Amino acid sequence: MSASVLFDAPGPKARVRNVIYTVVGFAALLGGIAWVILRLNEKGEFDPALWDIFNYAGIRQNILDALLATLKVFALAGVFSLVFAVFLCVARLSDHKPVRWVAVAFIDLFRSIPLLITIFALWVGILGSLTPFWALVVGLTIYNGCVQAEVLRAGINAVPKGQKEAAYAIGLRKSQVMTLVLFPQAIRSMLPTIISQLVVTLKDTSLGFMILYPELLHSARLIANNTPVNGVYPFVQTVAVFGAIYIGLCLILSWIATWIEKRGRRAKTGIKVASAKEPAASEVAQASGTTVLTVPDPRGETIVDTTPDSSS
Amino acid sequence: MNVLLDNLSLFREGFIGTLKLTGASALVAIVLGVIVAGFRVSPVPPLRIFGTLWVTLLRNTPLTLLFLVAFFVVPKVLFPDLDSFLLAVAACGFYTSAFVAEAVRSGINTVPLGQAEAARSIGMTFTQTMRLIVLPQATRTVVPPLSSIFIALTKNTAIAGAFNNVDLFNVSKTLSNDGYDITMIFIWITLAYLIVTYAINGLFRLLEHRLEVAR
Repeated sequence: MSASVLFDAPGPKARVRNVIYTVVGFAALLGGIAWVILRLNEKGEFDPALWDIFNYAGIRQNILDALLATLKVFALAGVFSLVFAVFLCVARLSDHKPVRWVAVAFIDLFRSIPLLITIFALWVGILGSLTPFWALVVGLTIYNGCVQAEVLRAGINAVPKGQKEAAYAIGLRKSQVMTLVLFPQAIRSMLPTIISQLVVTLKDTSLGFMILYPELLHSARLIANNTPVNGVYPFVQTVAVFGAIYIGLCLILSWIATWIEKRGRRAKTGIKVASAKEPAASEVAQASGTTVLTVPDPRGETIVDTTPDSSS
Repeated sequence: MNVLLDNLSLFREGFIGTLKLTGASALVAIVLGVIVAGFRVSPVPPLRIFGTLWVTLLRNTPLTLLFLVAFFVVPKVLFPDLDSFLLAVAACGFYTSAFVAEAVRSGINTVPLGQAEAARSIGMTFTQTMRLIVLPQATRTVVPPLSSIFIALTKNTAIAGAFNNVDLFNVSKTLSNDGYDITMIFIWITLAYLIVTYAINGLFRLLEHRLEVAR
């Protein structure tokens, strides 16, 4: 339902009231922003010298290195977690009970442990000595692999039953049914959700901060701590710059997800494409059953949930 | 094997710390989330803009960055004397509120059109429509995603442990520095988190059954 269903087309009185609200609302919004800016100014955070540090070649190089370090972890963890997810998903849907149980236990276990603790344990040495880089990559891979496996499973379950039956009927083997029929359709329909989860992976690379891996956040802290300007540490400035970098990266990925979702909705094929809702930092559908992902409806009925909101 | 027995009081403190952080942040997140979701569908444009900005900014920022802001920028610029618990609750609560707002908004979208239309046709205002008709019905669809959001919140509070709050992650760090075997610490901490997450899961299942009405 679009936002306009919730209220009437405004009459003369309501229009006046809306104008008043608009003025007051904007005033409040601007007032809040102005207050923050005033406080920042009072503390001298707008001193050009404090912002000038980002013109130093060394600091620019630092930021670039950190960005590359973050992207490196993200790329590796992203690829590994997807590969791992495919294996876990196959195990989860296996016909052999023990394999299925192991997969279920593994997925449930690692989805309910905070990623930070997994990474910390890996770093301290639960699997021998890992460098911060590999601790981060392995931790992200395990955790996101589990989440992505559940996403894939939801996708496979949403493929109409007839597809699988038809594939078996023409004599394909189990592995062929999976690779040729089920996975392609599942991946296509779940792509928006998979990418949304990749956004989470990207955000979670910032946990490398805790185990001293020199990614963006870590270098932000270093820069803030090591370049005092006239005795003032430029925390506000670095947070602003690095926050903008993170938000930019995540928004690009989110837009890709939304774009694919829109593109998929246009195509008139059997199964629906899931909406690109961004899973919460770990969107755990605990145990089974309460999956949060909007599973595409196999019968092709409208899912009201996915209607775009005019206000957004 | 004796990590747990030797440090029972520390573990208890950490467990309670995690519970306290989760509970307080959940409260903040629910209140803010419902308000922001209301803003996003409201007839007043600046509120809609504010709601959209809030959700977009917070959903695309790593929680760790929010913690940096909360612990290094906020005390320096805005409020100098807040203790670390309040700051951690603010960071976790604000972050989660964006996800709650999205869940509530999609819940609002699943309420059949006729409901809001009927409410309007008997002359209800926007706030009345929301408060009396739409939100109560949206609750039913919002409960399952909320449960996973809160489980995610429970795990996110671990980050607060890295910023000098006493919680389970903090305990594991302390014990690991004391030279205990990380494997045993990991197992016990995991068990503690499993207890919390399964408790939340069970609680929400119960809630779901209570709210279940044949439609």
